Amino acid sequence: MTVSEKDNATPSLSQRRAVIEIDNVSKVFGDYVAVEHANFTIHEGEFFSMLGPSGCGKTTTLRMIAGFETPTTGAIRLEGSDVSRVPPHKRDVNTVFQQYALFPHMTVWDNIAYGPRAKKLDKAETARRVDEMLEVVRLGDFAKRKPTQLSGGQQQRVALARALVNYPKALLLDEPLGALDLKLRQGMQLELKRIQREVGITFIFVTHDQEEALTMSDRIAVMNAGRVEQIGTPREIYDRPSNVFVAGFIGQANLWPATVKGHKPNATTVEVAGRTLDVSQDDSALGVGDSGTFMVRPERMYVEQQLSDESRWTVVGTVAEMVFQGPVVRYELVLPDGAHAVAHVPARREGLPVPGDTVHASWADDAGVLLADPHNASPATSSNTSSNTSPTATEPEPKETEQ
Amino acid sequence: MSDKRPFRSRILGLWTLGVYLWLFAPIVVVVIFSFNSPAGKFNTSWNKFTLDNWAHPFRKADYTEALITSLQVAAVACLVATIFGGLMALATSRYEFRGKGLVNFILVLPLTTPEIVMGSSLFTLFFARDVSFGFTTVVIAHILFCLSFVALTVQARVRGFDWSLEDAAMDLGSTPWRTFRTVTFPLILPGIAAAGLLSFALSIDDYIITSFIAGDQTTTFPMRIFNANKTEIPAQVHVIATALLFIAISLMAIGAWRTVRRNATPA
Repeated sequence: MTVSEKDNATPSLSQRRAVIEIDNVSKVFGDYVAVEHANFTIHEGEFFSMLGPSGCGKTTTLRMIAGFETPTTGAIRLEGSDVSRVPPHKRDVNTVFQQYALFPHMTVWDNIAYGPRAKKLDKAETARRVDEMLEVVRLGDFAKRKPTQLSGGQQQRVALARALVNYPKALLLDEPLGALDLKLRQGMQLELKRIQREVGITFIFVTHDQEEALTMSDRIAVMNAGRVEQIGTPREIYDRPSNVFVAGFIGQANLWPATVKGHKPNATTVEVAGRTLDVSQDDSALGVGDSGTFMVRPERMYVEQQLSDESRWTVVGTVAEMVFQGPVVRYELVLPDGAHAVAHVPARREGLPVPGDTVHASWADDAGVLLADPHNASPATSSNTSSNTSPTATEPEPKETEQ
Repeated sequence: MSDKRPFRSRILGLWTLGVYLWLFAPIVVVVIFSFNSPAGKFNTSWNKFTLDNWAHPFRKADYTEALITSLQVAAVACLVATIFGGLMALATSRYEFRGKGLVNFILVLPLTTPEIVMGSSLFTLFFARDVSFGFTTVVIAHILFCLSFVALTVQARVRGFDWSLEDAAMDLGSTPWRTFRTVTFPLILPGIAAAGLLSFALSIDDYIITSFIAGDQTTTFPMRIFNANKTEIPAQVHVIATALLFIAISLMAIGAWRTVRRNATPA
């Protein structure tokens, strides 16, 4: 199953001009399929992220857009013209590399001037652009320094200025924040958004950090094992993941096995944790008797000894663990069928259930999502008959840097 | 324990001094004897101090001629070997290709082959092909044994080279040739320069291989000295040897100074 961009793009975006079209692109290295039938469009001025674990094909896709790799099949179009086989130095896209790749024998100024000089712009225009970019990344005072005399964050800005100075049609960023420490990284996330607004250039951002992608992106393509699993706004991907992989990779999720019992208008009846309940979504991908996965986000769950709202869906469970985490209390519940549930409840001062209590775990009608099982069993999801018992890809913290 | 340590370090100091004496005694002798006024044809026993040799370093015409031949051979061999050896180093470092392991192995072979073997086999090769011995065959031979040294020296420099710099340059619109000229070459230049100096020195120095294939008309500086050492050793030999030594030392010092200065730029 590949997700077509048409299903997910918001109307305002699809009205914008397409800058990059990835048309049924696959990339094969020997017998390893790095990217499989990728199909999506990136629009003018968009901040688009490719998100996924190590080896999901996001960097390969980026390198194909830059021109460092050639698609095995399919085409890449830049503003309508096929550039699949155009070498990198003839493409109007520029890259911020993972380790910045600043020229160590040149000053900051000469690094930024490299692009305009390669394009044979005259001296005055080159100087004007370089000074403009130094202004944009706020490094005016460092023009005469060598890259080794700069901090990681400053090197990052030079790399950004150098890649923007040619006014590319799209800027490609390959995990550019991975080498920075957490504090600096959060600062740079906002900085990147500011710069993108200022220059108005399309940014294509590769990351394995879901929080980073959610923070910065207009749209995200979630990738896994060479496939694009879902494309959508951060909100769409978080609230309506298209499958178990996406649900588990972005944020935390309760994932319970479910069996479809029947279809109603605008709702599907499923059996979950020994209960029969309705999901307000008519998923035609699943027929009666099919098995799928039912998802509820922990922060959408209520944990109460007395159910306060009869309209919510409820399962009864026992509190196994209760952890105070500051703004929320994290509950681990054991359900009658042995499955686990995780709930994040606002940390009120009183009336919170304690371990051993029998409680109602409930959620509103629109909090439950029925997911089709993934086309390919991935390690993160295959063992998930009960969720959150193992440290799979469901923790909200940024994952370890790959590569 | 406390009084053992100075004793130990004194032994170590003496030992180090001994090693340095061992290494440099012959060189010191050459330098000293360049200021000797020899009593006979052999500048091998101390007679009296003179600056006369240094005032007339090129008095012995046949030695001067041999020196010029050596410098010409070294210049051509060094240039060709540096270019081709450098390219070989880039190819074997940058690209993956079939038979890369074999190429690397073959690169090391000339270093481990005894010179007498290489000399005699080159002699056989040229003789069998009816190639007349002379300047050209000497240059070919020198390029041959310099090539491996250059390739391995440049390889060492290129190892750890960040190839994403080339990607970055091309990404910014630079053609492959401009990328090489403005990024790759300046960054590997120190390695290339070191390799060039090394091959120049190797070429100037070689006697064994050269003597096999030089023929009757071509005589290099080492050949000239060796062929005459039964009949004479003029002081000019010591003068020229000392001069070459100091040129080599100055070049190394310049290189070291530049490195130090580059690294010492205030952060």
